[in-house]
Amino acid sequence: MTSKTMKKHREPWLVISKRDDLVWWKAWLIRVATILVGILVVGILSMTLTGGGFAKIYSTMFRGAFGRLLEGNLMMVWPFFQKTAILLCLSLAVAPAFRMKFWNCGAEGQALIGGLASMVCMMKLGGTVSEWLLVPIVIISSIAAGAVWGLVPAIFKAHYNTNETLFTLMMNYVATQLVLYYINISSGGSQVIQPVLTGALPVIGNQKYLLNILIVIVLTVAMFIYLKYSKHGYEIAVVGESHNTARYVGINVKTVMMRTMLISGALCGVAGMLLVAGTDHSINENTVGGQGFTAIMIAWLGQLNPFVMALMSALVIFLQLGTAKVANDAFISDALSGIAVGIVILMLVGCEFFIRYSVKIRRNRKEGKA
Amino acid sequence: MIVSFISSSIPLGVPLLFGSTGEIITEKSGHLNLGIPGIMYVGGISGVIGSFLFENSGALSLMEKGGFFNVLIPFLAIMIPFLSAICGAILMGLIYSFMTVTLRANQNVTGLALTTFGIGIGNFFGGSLIKLTNTDMPSIALTRTSNFFRASLPFADDLGWFGEVFLSHDFLTYVAIAIALLAEYVLNRTRIGLNLRAVGENPATADAAGINVTKYKYVATCIGSAVAGLGGLQYVMAYANGVWSNDAFGDRGWMAIALVIFALWKPTMAIFGSFFFGALCNVTFYAEGLGTTKQLFYMLPYVATLLVLIITSMRKKREHQPPEGLGLPYFREER
Repeated sequence: MTSKTMKKHREPWLVISKRDDLVWWKAWLIRVATILVGILVVGILSMTLTGGGFAKIYSTMFRGAFGRLLEGNLMMVWPFFQKTAILLCLSLAVAPAFRMKFWNCGAEGQALIGGLASMVCMMKLGGTVSEWLLVPIVIISSIAAGAVWGLVPAIFKAHYNTNETLFTLMMNYVATQLVLYYINISSGGSQVIQPVLTGALPVIGNQKYLLNILIVIVLTVAMFIYLKYSKHGYEIAVVGESHNTARYVGINVKTVMMRTMLISGALCGVAGMLLVAGTDHSINENTVGGQGFTAIMIAWLGQLNPFVMALMSALVIFLQLGTAKVANDAFISDALSGIAVGIVILMLVGCEFFIRYSVKIRRNRKEGKA
Repeated sequence: MIVSFISSSIPLGVPLLFGSTGEIITEKSGHLNLGIPGIMYVGGISGVIGSFLFENSGALSLMEKGGFFNVLIPFLAIMIPFLSAICGAILMGLIYSFMTVTLRANQNVTGLALTTFGIGIGNFFGGSLIKLTNTDMPSIALTRTSNFFRASLPFADDLGWFGEVFLSHDFLTYVAIAIALLAEYVLNRTRIGLNLRAVGENPATADAAGINVTKYKYVATCIGSAVAGLGGLQYVMAYANGVWSNDAFGDRGWMAIALVIFALWKPTMAIFGSFFFGALCNVTFYAEGLGTTKQLFYMLPYVATLLVLIITSMRKKREHQPPEGLGLPYFREER
């Protein structure tokens, strides 16, 4: 305020102050309420756009996400868990980087390049190397490819403080073009790579998605332990709070930064490997399908806690599949799911304000002067 | 060949110029708005909705009556999409600034959510506008309104290569350049610009100096969004002949954000940068003989950005650095 307006002495009618930590259940009450309101808003939006009834919208959404689960048909539940697992895997990958306040926006590209590495190994080495050797090669090469894609921005950030948000964003598009280039040269003009089964991950329990889901569950627990109880996890947290503090206690900030991004990229590579070697057995530029960006929001909304992130992933996949089904049934564009996810995430991001700050309305303005 | 190459590169660069000018204005207030890709989609689709409703209202047939309508209808055909694009984009900017300034939410996450939301809106209305309004068009092809946008100076063809390179473009190209020059002037030569830069560098100091930080942040973000939204409008109405196809706008929004760094936060540099990027995107069309390696040329703009990013961070020149408060939320009581 300039000195001129100061003379008028306006009293703010809202007082915003920082809260001490809110009791955990109160914070969760706010979050759950926000999610419910968000789903309600999405429902009302779908109703106005499709003209369907209230109950019908939600039953369609449920059908879209879980299929005929209530009738005892488990067929459609698997894709739900598969998609949740992949999204969760990508969020787990970015979580350690975020804890370090390193904005890794490159999960999309890191996963894509991991998938590409799987694809190249499966196509080029298939038939020349025996199967029991090929699967480990596929796994290692895709992890390595993702790790390299994550490490490059970290090297420049560590040594020259290059802006990592934009660096990782650009790496996404380089990865996309590499995938398109590979499709171009290896598809023989058809622009589609036919599924290759050599070197694919084994199918367990007759369920094509089961192995992927189990791997991600293991990774979730491992990441929780890594972040919370390991020395590395502690170092990451200190670097995230303050580089100076970290240096003072003898943590090598550069090493931690590069090591963490190596892990972050490697996990993205795992996600790409699960998608290519574990599910599609083929690749195209939409294999990751924007989930790398969604994962960034999931990690943030889940407070970087792997188990909360799992719940958030499930919520987002429910919204994506559910609203896509609502839109398809009404013959409108399934981009409705993007709107729905955007609304709910924006509301969740906004509600954090009410958890961190308390807002009080001033009743008596004169009193506030003292 | 060179003349047609340059001439066809310029329209490709215009959305990038709008986007990066908008983002520079926003970033000068200390906000890294990653929602720009979504905002550009919304700008584009709002313009499409505006002109779609305008074309379907039958107003264009009034042109046959001649006289006054010959001026009014083209004017409306341009102004309605123009204003709806600005309004749509400003709404997105308001959401972003409410979230990040008032609610102090994380800028990266808010921006990404806004991009998801905006691309969703663009593709949703692009895919279902016809169904929702019950019209009998096979696809969204607003060629008649688009022709007004594409109108270029009548004497451009008579001036040979000079006319083709500099004068043959749609009017939004010149609007983009004018806005960039105006932004450069306002940012560096006026008190408002000085205040805005102070807010972006160090909001606490600006606040102490009596600048209304919240107001500056809101206004800069909204103006920046409006400018970026025009980029979406130019793409669909002028470059794509008024034909909306889902995801056609692609990753131009991200490229615009990258251009901000390429341009070192200077709108005049963004003019050259965006036309350079346009040319890099255009190379692929002229590289037919290369066969499959052609695909690798699509990487050029991104690789160029990466190089600029690395080089500027290595040189560490003071005037080439981002605003110091970029990405950090500001709360007066938190020091």
